Amino acid sequence: MNAQASVTAKPSGAKRALRFVLPVIVFAAGLLAWELVVRIKDIPPYVLPAPSVIFLTLIKDWAVLSQSLAATLLTTLEGFVAASIGGIALALLFNQSKWVEASLFPYAVVLQVTPVIAIAPLLLIYLEQQTAVVVCAFIVAFFPVLSNTTLGLNSVDRNLAGLFQLYGASPQQTLRFLKLPAALPYILGGLRIAGGLSLIGAVVAEIAAGTAGAGSGLAYRIAESGYRLNIPRMFAALLLLSLAGIVIYGVLALVSHLVLRRWHESALGKDN
Amino acid sequence: MSSVQTSSGVETGLTALAVSLRGVTKTYDNGVLALGPLDLAVRKGEFISLLGPSGCGKSTALRLIAELSAPSSGIVGLARQEDKAQPGLVQPGLVQLGHGIGFVFQEPTLMPWTSVRENVRLPLKLAGVPKAESRARADEALASVGLADFADAFPRELSGGMKMRVSLARALVTDPDILLMDEPFAALDEITRFRLNNDLLALWRRLGKTVIFVTHSVFESVYLSQRVVVMTARPGRIQADIRIETVEPRGEEFRTSVAYSDYCRKVSAALAPSYAGQSTL
Repeated sequence: MNAQASVTAKPSGAKRALRFVLPVIVFAAGLLAWELVVRIKDIPPYVLPAPSVIFLTLIKDWAVLSQSLAATLLTTLEGFVAASIGGIALALLFNQSKWVEASLFPYAVVLQVTPVIAIAPLLLIYLEQQTAVVVCAFIVAFFPVLSNTTLGLNSVDRNLAGLFQLYGASPQQTLRFLKLPAALPYILGGLRIAGGLSLIGAVVAEIAAGTAGAGSGLAYRIAESGYRLNIPRMFAALLLLSLAGIVIYGVLALVSHLVLRRWHESALGKDN
Repeated sequence: MSSVQTSSGVETGLTALAVSLRGVTKTYDNGVLALGPLDLAVRKGEFISLLGPSGCGKSTALRLIAELSAPSSGIVGLARQEDKAQPGLVQPGLVQLGHGIGFVFQEPTLMPWTSVRENVRLPLKLAGVPKAESRARADEALASVGLADFADAFPRELSGGMKMRVSLARALVTDPDILLMDEPFAALDEITRFRLNNDLLALWRRLGKTVIFVTHSVFESVYLSQRVVVMTARPGRIQADIRIETVEPRGEEFRTSVAYSDYCRKVSAALAPSYAGQSTL
């Protein structure tokens, strides 16, 4: 019986390992091919740097790049926090009054559909550069938080709402013990999207600000290196941005999983 | 007036009514008359069933009694807890809530994000009962429905029948005088349903609550209640009021007795016009 169990368990374990290993193999093979093509064709680094050169640049320029990474991450974090607080607070306000929602929601949509790259130069005129960059990150990230939280607050089970009414719950109690917990999976979904978007907003604003001067974020480094034809550094900065995005998503997904794992369908195993 | 048997020896008469509806109607916003006019008197400690076709306003009547919605006309009278001396789930002298109603919905209606204990504790928490006391009372209520070991489980970890028990424990935790149940066992399999029927009867005998039980099952209504109130199709009115008299306490032998099937036939016959009326529409 034990043998049978291990036989059935084995393929699933192997499958899981494969799911992990296969992308890594593809990645390694791609890097190898890239490296070989650059070496065999003798392509100069200002046209296409080899992965090894990019990696060396990352180490060599770490002092500059790490500083830029920190600057971009700080902007992203500030934008994300502002978007989370603003989005949730506005959704709560919408939930209190249909009229407030009706009067303000169209403007939230306008803010969302207007491309941030087009707004950034204007913001840079009126605001201090660092503030403008954070505001860009905020604008891009806040809508998913707002719309998801609104959806969550409106998805409260009607019978549970009746139960709270029956036991004479105050509006504050209903919000705290019923609406917010019920909306939590939606809010966390919104935050997960907002995390990646605030990085995008920060990068877009930095690139727009790049021409305006004293930027120091990763996107600014990319733009600056482009003007100087320092292509390996462009790639190195891009690599860091991409990693930052992955880490942000991973952290938020983990938080969401930890918060919801005991009760929400999304956090339970498929066969549960 | 028929002779009345009481469970707690309290003088019964017009003063001992738990719920009285007088000329109650309910019209929906779209102008449809859903209910009534309805006259109904439920004595303290009585177990009555409201039986009728779906859409006849049984649930609406229950929601009116619970004050979850207001009647379009008529009077809904509820006895407030003034003479509360029956041996209840909790000792007298504890914090009493403003209204003595427990409601069990058709679905378990549990908060999925928190434990069974927290779900049962909710009515007390909302009323501002101190945490230690409310936890103790929640555990007591859970024990009374046989779920003492599941206080820390989450609702999704329980079976359908167990979830319904949790819902019942939550309705009992405030020690209400009146228990309103809206087709609580309709979604359960028959075996679970029979068990919960017996458990509910045992609880009712022990706690002496007034129970108003909405169902669309003739067999369930006859098995459980002292009085079956048969309602007509929409707008719901009272078609028949049938008293079920048998040897108490009831048990499985009642379910298979001749008297039981006679009552079922009688109730079904009273119910038939409601369905006939509906089919001609």
